[in-house]
Amino acid sequence: MKSAVIVFPGSNCDRDVQVALRASLGAEPLMAWHGDAALPAVDLIVVPGGFSYGDYLRAGAMAAHSPVMREVAARAAAGVPVLGICNGFQVLCEAGLLPGALMRNAGLKFICRDVHLRVDNARTIFTSGYAAGQVVRMPVAHADGNYNADAATLDALEGEGRVAFRYCAADGAVTEAANPNGSARNIAGILNAAGNVLGMMPHPERLAEAALGGTDGRAMFDAVCAALAA
Amino acid sequence: MTEITAEIVREHGLTDEEYRRVLRIMGRAPNLVELGIFSVMWSEHCSYKSSKVWLKKLPTTAPWVICGPGENAGVIDIGDGQAAIFKMESHNHPSFIEPYQGAATGVGGILRDVFTMGARPVANMNALRFGHPDDPRTRHLVSGVVAGIGGYGNCVGVPTVGGEVNFHHGYDGNILVNAMTVGIADADRIFYSAAAGIGNAVVYVGSKTGRDGIHGATMASAEFDDDSAEKRPTVQVGDPFTEKLLIEACLELMGTDAVIAIQDMGAAGLTSSSVEMSSKGGVGIELDMDAVPVREDGMTPYEIMLSESQERMLFVLRPGREDIARAIFEKWELDFAVIGRITDTQHLVLRSGGTTVCDIPVPPLVAEAPEYDRPRGAPPAPAPMPSPVPALDTPAGEALLTLMGSPDLCSKRWVWEQYDHMVMADTVQRPGGDAAVVRVHGTNKALAIATDCTPRYCFADPRQGGRQAVAEAWRNLTAVGATPLAVTDNMNFGNPERPEIMGQFAGCIEGMAEACIALDCPVVSGNVSLYNETNGKAILPTPAIGAVGVLADYRRMATLAFKAAGEAIVLVGATNGHLGQSLWLREVAGLEAGPPPPVDLAAERANGDLIRALIGDGAVTACHDLSDGGLLVAVAEMALAGGIGAAVEIPDGTGPTAWLFGEDQGRYLITAPDAADILARAAAAGAPAAVIGRTEAGATLTVPNGLSISLDTLRDTHEGWLPRYMAAP
Repeated sequence: MKSAVIVFPGSNCDRDVQVALRASLGAEPLMAWHGDAALPAVDLIVVPGGFSYGDYLRAGAMAAHSPVMREVAARAAAGVPVLGICNGFQVLCEAGLLPGALMRNAGLKFICRDVHLRVDNARTIFTSGYAAGQVVRMPVAHADGNYNADAATLDALEGEGRVAFRYCAADGAVTEAANPNGSARNIAGILNAAGNVLGMMPHPERLAEAALGGTDGRAMFDAVCAALAA
Repeated sequence: MTEITAEIVREHGLTDEEYRRVLRIMGRAPNLVELGIFSVMWSEHCSYKSSKVWLKKLPTTAPWVICGPGENAGVIDIGDGQAAIFKMESHNHPSFIEPYQGAATGVGGILRDVFTMGARPVANMNALRFGHPDDPRTRHLVSGVVAGIGGYGNCVGVPTVGGEVNFHHGYDGNILVNAMTVGIADADRIFYSAAAGIGNAVVYVGSKTGRDGIHGATMASAEFDDDSAEKRPTVQVGDPFTEKLLIEACLELMGTDAVIAIQDMGAAGLTSSSVEMSSKGGVGIELDMDAVPVREDGMTPYEIMLSESQERMLFVLRPGREDIARAIFEKWELDFAVIGRITDTQHLVLRSGGTTVCDIPVPPLVAEAPEYDRPRGAPPAPAPMPSPVPALDTPAGEALLTLMGSPDLCSKRWVWEQYDHMVMADTVQRPGGDAAVVRVHGTNKALAIATDCTPRYCFADPRQGGRQAVAEAWRNLTAVGATPLAVTDNMNFGNPERPEIMGQFAGCIEGMAEACIALDCPVVSGNVSLYNETNGKAILPTPAIGAVGVLADYRRMATLAFKAAGEAIVLVGATNGHLGQSLWLREVAGLEAGPPPPVDLAAERANGDLIRALIGDGAVTACHDLSDGGLLVAVAEMALAGGIGAAVEIPDGTGPTAWLFGEDQGRYLITAPDAADILARAAAAGAPAAVIGRTEAGATLTVPNGLSISLDTLRDTHEGWLPRYMAAP
């Protein structure tokens, strides 16, 4: 199985994802520079976190128009799994691969801390390592993670099982207090209609190793790598 | 051409005597460009003219020191062919005037000092001092500085893993923003600034040069008055995105054989970088002002040379390697321009529009920079300790809650949650402990990093305060199990032309030197920030120390959280109940008085070496150093971190307040299922040690005389103050 991590100017979690993929995959992912026109055939594409183009204009807005994103969109349409984390989620929304937008945090400040997430849909290639309703812990680190979309879109996401993760309390209760950034309906991660594109604000790669304080993120990389290797 | 009048000389911050020296060196009157260059090179900020004579007294060598002070940052050997490169630097004056950009560019500047030497930055720290919470400007300054540090560090993708935040009236008009960066490089791939190779290209990379920050170094070399806000135009504006590209491009270029020398453009911009490179290399340098990438038309050579625009670097490249370098910088979409050549003249020559606009002999510009042994006087004495000490009968529980919710001791979570402290996925001990621990990528080795200083001690007794700053940093590294290797210092003081300030400076240096020697921890880099005063009122003397140590295996590190109920709590170190200058005295009794606790360096060393050995052997389950607030505060912090309660006993015949809240130095709390072995090893090592209590299953902290506080109450108090303060209108 081959994976690729897209690297934009200003990406800064590219290495962290590379390390996590290497550990779960047992193989080196391809680090794909945004300016390289052609993307080799791969089984998984990760758009990592960071500040692509310095978040200028809007977070993810400029990267969404980078040449490599046309290729990412084509692969996504062809069914290749695409995972966008943090800035990667912002890029996927800006590129139209996922609905909605990520606005400035309700508290107006950057937030870096572990949060609890409830797994709402465990029947995807990314989340099959979790049980539905399971509570997992991962860090967030963002200033613009306040997910929003119009009510019809939110209803559709919920109705079609396209909410992958919600911010919740340690006991799984989806409460306002557990929502770190004001996201609509506590949404932390969403899927496209086909279910092969996941965007999420929390960083699974940052808690993918016991030394870093937890391994809940590892289950995601293990699951997607196992599914694609099968 | 502008005629140089006495008024112009004065505006450039040069004294009559210094200007006479310029005339002698030049053999003629300088033109305005030349005067500007002398002015910034001889500013306090760039020349260290008031401090140099004292800095020489600090120990700077050890077998593991690869490069001490004098380069962009200090370099130490951390084994396995790797080096740690680090430095701390102030951005005090700009941060007071424009907190967001001042703090942000402070982070950018210190990052460049470290990656200029070939290191990938792996951790940022910061030591912040603000005015009293009641000062009307404090909230705005805290908000802006924290956002600025986060805004820059988060974007470049280097974790900000720790630091310290204090509040005191002494900083009401002069806050301190000291930023530290630690990087890792291969020990045989360190890059220096000495230019070489007559005819080699001098290459400018990074951002374009604008009109921002002109005279920033000069501003940082004068005190503030009521019109300081008018200095806003001298503050630079940072672009962390460009810095991130610059890091990647520079490290990529350093992976080739193209680089002979590199120097970042920090304070005094193109002037100091070109002078530094030619001076260190014993060569001349000739620059074409018309080739410098500029943001706007019509910039004069004076403006180009004195601009402090951020995110710029100067390289000297090996012949024939320009194309390799250009390709790398073009890939990263950064400006790349050959702006000059190395010459054999030892002169700095600038050309603009085909004419020579500056010609200065570099050796005397550097070697004959003024150096002053300024008069020293007795530092201001602290208020005497009253006898009897008031408020001694305040119940321990009440005092503990007051302290845990005080501005200096409360949780700083509100601050560090705005910093990305996890990016790079090697932060194995996050903020909130005694030291941050960052794994060396791909290995089990780790660096421990701490910043420390207790300015109220330094004010009351500069020598003991200087000792204590180094000792506490060393102690914090020890408390996680690391072997301390070296420190960087950031000397923040008032106006050195006042003898009492020089007395503080000299006293602190003396104490620091004693501690560095006793603890085998040399100073490898540093920065001096003087003139931190407004209308004649100086800050507390603040020699901030940043310390770096190494852990052979991070899996053996200690953390401060209690791990299990029913364990013995052992106090290591002697307790005399020293309340002078303690936070108890300030926060509970309402007094800042008395001498600070003395630092017994031999005991410090013995106790610390014991602790490190115990941690290394896996003999302790938790460890925390005792500092601000004393013993009971340390117990409370360990209990909160672990969510496990404790019962503490007070030995017979001891005054409970002094015992619980005294700030005697050289002490640690450790826990273990069984203390017998630890007590025996401590006795053998000559370190005082005693069991002072046990961890308990209930989420409560109890001390005799009936005190019992739930951890929930403690946590609310501890976590509550800063968010509440910042949320107030």
